[in-house]
Amino acid sequence: MSAITLKVNGRAHTVDVDPATPLLFVLSDDLEQRGPKFGCGLGQCGACTVIANGRAIRSCTTTVQTVAGAEITTLDGLGTPEKPHPLQQAFIDEQAAQCGFCLSGVILTAKAFLDQNPKATEREIRQALAGVLCRCFTHTRMLRAINTYAQQGRNA
Amino acid sequence: MRMTADAAAGLARAGFSRRAFLRGSGALVVGFTLGDVAGPLGSTSLAGAQTPPDRRTQLDSWIAIAADGTVTAYTGKCELGQGLYTAQMQLVAEELSVPLARVRLVQCDTGVTPDEGTTSGAQSHPANFRNENLALAGATAREALVRLASARLGVPADQLVASDGRVAMRTDRSRSVGYGELVGGKRFDLPLDPEAKRKPHGEWTVLGTPVARVDIPSLVTARVQYVHNMRVPGMVHGAVVRPPTIGAALAGVDESSVSGMPGFIKVVTRKNFVGVVAQKPWQALQIAAKLKTTWTPGPALPDQRRYYDYLRTRPTQDTIWVDSGDVDAKLAGAATVLKSTYYHPYQMHASLGSSCAVADVQGRTTTVWAATQNVYGLRGNLARVLDVTPGDVHVVFTRGSGCYGINGVDAVSFDAALLSQAVGKPVRVQLTRRDEMAWENYGVPFVIDQRVGLDAQGTIIAWDYESWTATRGGRIGNANTGNIVTGVLLGYQPPAFAPSAAKPTDQPFNDSNHAPAYVTGCVGGMCDGKGTIAGERAIARRTESEFFTGPLRAPNQLQNTFAHESFMDEIAAHAKADPVAYRLRHLREQRLIDVVAAAAKAARWEPRPAPRAGNRRTGIASGRGFASVAMEAGIYTNGWIAMAVDVEVNQDTGVVIVKRLFMAHDSGPISNPNGLRNQLEGAALQGMSRALSEEVTWDAQKITSVDWRSYPIPSLGTEMPVIETVLIDRPGENATGAGETASAPIGAAIGNAIFDATGVRLRQIPFTPARVKEALAARRT
Repeated sequence: MSAITLKVNGRAHTVDVDPATPLLFVLSDDLEQRGPKFGCGLGQCGACTVIANGRAIRSCTTTVQTVAGAEITTLDGLGTPEKPHPLQQAFIDEQAAQCGFCLSGVILTAKAFLDQNPKATEREIRQALAGVLCRCFTHTRMLRAINTYAQQGRNA
Repeated sequence: MRMTADAAAGLARAGFSRRAFLRGSGALVVGFTLGDVAGPLGSTSLAGAQTPPDRRTQLDSWIAIAADGTVTAYTGKCELGQGLYTAQMQLVAEELSVPLARVRLVQCDTGVTPDEGTTSGAQSHPANFRNENLALAGATAREALVRLASARLGVPADQLVASDGRVAMRTDRSRSVGYGELVGGKRFDLPLDPEAKRKPHGEWTVLGTPVARVDIPSLVTARVQYVHNMRVPGMVHGAVVRPPTIGAALAGVDESSVSGMPGFIKVVTRKNFVGVVAQKPWQALQIAAKLKTTWTPGPALPDQRRYYDYLRTRPTQDTIWVDSGDVDAKLAGAATVLKSTYYHPYQMHASLGSSCAVADVQGRTTTVWAATQNVYGLRGNLARVLDVTPGDVHVVFTRGSGCYGINGVDAVSFDAALLSQAVGKPVRVQLTRRDEMAWENYGVPFVIDQRVGLDAQGTIIAWDYESWTATRGGRIGNANTGNIVTGVLLGYQPPAFAPSAAKPTDQPFNDSNHAPAYVTGCVGGMCDGKGTIAGERAIARRTESEFFTGPLRAPNQLQNTFAHESFMDEIAAHAKADPVAYRLRHLREQRLIDVVAAAAKAARWEPRPAPRAGNRRTGIASGRGFASVAMEAGIYTNGWIAMAVDVEVNQDTGVVIVKRLFMAHDSGPISNPNGLRNQLEGAALQGMSRALSEEVTWDAQKITSVDWRSYPIPSLGTEMPVIETVLIDRPGENATGAGETASAPIGAAIGNAIFDATGVRLRQIPFTPARVKEALAARRT
């Protein structure tokens, strides 16, 4: 066990954990973040996605020690129901969810990609989401929401 | 550990029986936080005036009105991601003439909500939106409020109108009284009135409109507490060690292999059940992975490559769904006889989130939080597993990952309860991906032989259907504990399989769509089929499966529809007829005819036979396909759908892309058109995934499709079709289901489109690139 400091959604937290613990368990258990979820534990589905230093990462296959000190954003920290992030708002506008379990993967992967590639085309956005799964198959609404948000960015 | 507000509320309810609390007289207000959704719905003050919830005929079991006029409705149908929570709020708001914002909904909580069985089979819309249950409770309450107001105001009831949470005189709205003043906090003490009038469809202002789902802002900002996020005081974490192979028996456990590991609390074994408990979730997973166990292997599994042939050799339980008695004679006299065999594999629910439950067993008193589809059924089974009475157990539905049928939720609820009982602390268990996928109750495989006889004009005069499937276990009901993996590990068994000869069904005609829509369906003098073919026979043979099986979205209906609608396309092609026109030629039921016509119109379908003339044999070939189904669910038809798809087949790689999808759907009166579209889109695309990608696999001993590499599905990166959906609203009809319809026909529609594009008929799901390439290679040159 060792003390590791994480910066999550703008706040510093020090946790005393096995440094080999996957980041996901620290976020969801110790820090009670509701966004990142255990879907597969294998980095195959995206449900555990968080943004670390601007990159979307799979927190289930990232050890906590490798992100010590990094700026981490979870879906919880992106916006609030009262003041959602514009990308979250686009999902609300499109009613782009069913069970919602996949949303960290879909929203945060798209957010990180568009932050880096604000001029991305629809095809490029889709390719960026190639490793993200939604078992309810809300795909078409989600992509519409992401493209609407991307369009706002291009027009801004 | 900090306790979440939701957990606190649940615990409070567990130790503080709401029923006992409310047995007293007078107005009582129980405050607790809505378990399902935090955020905008926030803390809710509920007026409690309920009678015991098993009394489904009592109005107070369904509706309570607080002194401030807030309406609380209690429902036994839960939000599984299908949007039902919002739709039920709309229903209550509409029937009670109260603004949506003043409606609270409490769902699926033993001892609190009515026992409405399982939230499954696209049955919630029919159950709660017809003239019974929740809808009837709303109507009964509104009429009761008008009567109470009549007495209060001294105005005849027929001169009063309920609106905006008040009852007012039609001619003088200033003479009014609020619901809270009329019954606030008190019981109605009335039975549901079967004569109570539902609000006429023409007066709807909330129901039937695209109200945005109340939970989506909380979902997209991660404010919703899934069961995966539950925290209760003193909670520790469990993990299970499933057998390494199917049918293996536990021979030994070496606790010393893990007892020194960080966070170790306990190894728990009971018969073949093995689990571990640790302080932290990651510790529990590591301990479970390191625990040394030895097992005696079970019998070898049948060779998957020859499994469909193997099914035909197995002992069967047979059901005759329809038999006109003249099929063999009609086939013998037919101008042409066509036959084909269709194959459908085992498939899985494969929830994105592996199943999770939290259990707190304190002596006999047990609370379990789980995303189960049936809280009361789970309660009964937990009582058996824990050796307590159902009254000792409180099951609280808590939101989970979409399930599409029976996933690992009930099994993991057993797991958590066993581990909690063993350590005397609350235990949270979430299955690994492998344990979810290797041991869930799969959707069943089918081999379907069909023959038709055509007359000289190419009209079908006889349709013969014979199928083999395989089942084991299923839903746990109230006491079928051996129907899922943990139950069997504990020594319970599924109902014994008893082979039996073919006998006519005692069930309503065509439950699960064994017979195609095109037959007359004449059984016992009643002709409930939707078509014109009088020579009809449908025999379904059930064998015993090696794997657990259970309902997976459109169970049996999907497999049967794949076979019927693909074969219909083959027949139309043989008759050189347009596939839509040929379908219509054999249909007589108007609602099915209407969706077929509407989908064809939306797709701008030009009549011609398949395959398309002039397509090249290399590169990309385009084609179109059509399929339709009326979902037969026992005593009634549970939704009508037709669809057309445009596909592109890459004849060099075998990759099939669905480019466009046109659907027409009828599920009676529409409760929320946007929610309905969302369900149809998701069901169709999930059905597309099943048709193109999904197949459970195994080797000689164990399941080998255990993650998203070995059980792939299309990701967000996969090109998806442009979807156009036509909704047919039927205000005068009964509500039917909509959650499964679109999954059922899409496999046939895609297969038919591949035929149209390439001239090759695919008769085995899934249409993987390898299978498509193989079929194309076998094509006559």
